[in-house]
Amino acid sequence: MTASGHPDPVIQLRGVRLSFGGRPVLDGIDLVVDPGETVCILGGSGAGKSTVLRLILGLIQPEEGEIIVNGREMGTASYEEVLEIRLDMGMVFQGAALFDSLTVLDNVGFYLFEHTDLSDAEIRQRVEDALEMVDLDPAEVIGLLPSELSGGMRKRVGLARALIHEPKLLLYDEPTSGLDPITTRTIDELIRKLQRELGVTSVVVTHDLDSAFRIADRLALLSEGKIVFEGSVEDMKSSDESYVREFLA
Amino acid sequence: MGFLDGASSLLRFPGERLKLLAWHTQEYVRLAGRAAVGLVTRPFYGRDFIVQLDAVGVGSLGIVFLTGLFTGMVLALQSAVEMEQFGATIYIGRLVGASTVRELGPVLTALMVSGRAGSGIAAELGAMRVTEQIDALQTMAVDPVRKLVVPRLAACLLAIPLLTIVTDLVAIFGGLLIAVVKLDLTFDLYMRSVYQTLAQTGFILRYVPIDFVMGLVKPMFFGAIIALTACHFGMRAEGGTEGVGRAATGSVVTASILILATDYFLTQILIALLIQ
Repeated sequence: MTASGHPDPVIQLRGVRLSFGGRPVLDGIDLVVDPGETVCILGGSGAGKSTVLRLILGLIQPEEGEIIVNGREMGTASYEEVLEIRLDMGMVFQGAALFDSLTVLDNVGFYLFEHTDLSDAEIRQRVEDALEMVDLDPAEVIGLLPSELSGGMRKRVGLARALIHEPKLLLYDEPTSGLDPITTRTIDELIRKLQRELGVTSVVVTHDLDSAFRIADRLALLSEGKIVFEGSVEDMKSSDESYVREFLA
Repeated sequence: MGFLDGASSLLRFPGERLKLLAWHTQEYVRLAGRAAVGLVTRPFYGRDFIVQLDAVGVGSLGIVFLTGLFTGMVLALQSAVEMEQFGATIYIGRLVGASTVRELGPVLTALMVSGRAGSGIAAELGAMRVTEQIDALQTMAVDPVRKLVVPRLAACLLAIPLLTIVTDLVAIFGGLLIAVVKLDLTFDLYMRSVYQTLAQTGFILRYVPIDFVMGLVKPMFFGAIIALTACHFGMRAEGGTEGVGRAATGSVVTASILILATDYFLTQILIALLIQ
């Protein structure tokens, strides 16, 4: 049983410390994410929000503390084990991180081409389904290169790529930054839909408060390397803490 | 106080540089080890290998052809100036053949491919690093060393020796052009002179000149240096587009120095093994 009360949380961060070039970025943070939950990590620029996602993915290692994902400690896992843990995860990058030289079909179907024995026709069908799920017309975009897509389309293709293998855990790094309000709401609705329909656990890093209030079950506010607030949307809105009021202002 | 601070930072500077050099060396060796394992264990990325072979090998043919041609021509011209004084121009084929096959062919090919393909690899991987494409690969449980480094290493290991053969042949042809057109030597005389110098150090397996073998062992090492150096710098690029530029420059400078240094030591080893 953890602090959150759930016996089997998807993610546990315990006393995680990390510094870059002698500058502390994370100063002993604790965070628990339960199955099916959407947790938004808020904070100003350079607060270390994206670093939390990179730690959860095992792309970087903490100097101190433990990171447990689906019951497995990322710090003690071998490289092959970390790759195996990532099979159940998906990540939506801030800049989409689509492979420049591959078409939308090859980008979205990348995971299936790499890790399954599905035929090309089956993968194409799955790609079309994923594109439809993110409100893109497969016939229009499937043969295009990333450079031929608009910013909003790139984000949605990135989302389709992250969810095509139906991961249990989805991580989002600023999924709505730089998007217009209509596209932002569409992406927010998609994140909620994935949680409702597929029961996906999500960690969303954002500095967009409106977006966070729409999608979050729980919010964590990161400031100067520490989580200074953790609670529901209502808790945050009614909080009297000065740093929360300052952030909401 | 200010002076002492300045002196201390001056003293600290070489220490930082040494630490950085040690870190690069450690990471380079680690990358080489992982790539070597990737060459002989699954999964193999055959399609990526073919694409890289085309980019490194076929893509470098033009530059290698021109390098060989002008190197052979200038070698013949320069040696003619000296040899004419002793009436020894008939030996120009020897000089062009020996210096090309033993040294200039492998080294110049490697340096040119490092400048062209090595910088391209470093820039491509650097751009993938700064736009988080390499992170994306890792999040999809794909090992970037196997997916990106191994196909490039395999392509360079195969392409550089083949390109060296092209350089050797074209350089000998360039020397022939000068010998026939400017020095009035016959085709037969020039080619016999080339053959004599290659036969001088002996043969392996009865028909393969030792010089030729030496000239092909080196490019395999040079190919590994070009690919690993470019991948090392590219995959560690940071700092946006400026970082990509730094990665490409660092890759070419480092690979060039490593090629020239390795050439010396390999020559020593090969002479000891094959000739003495």
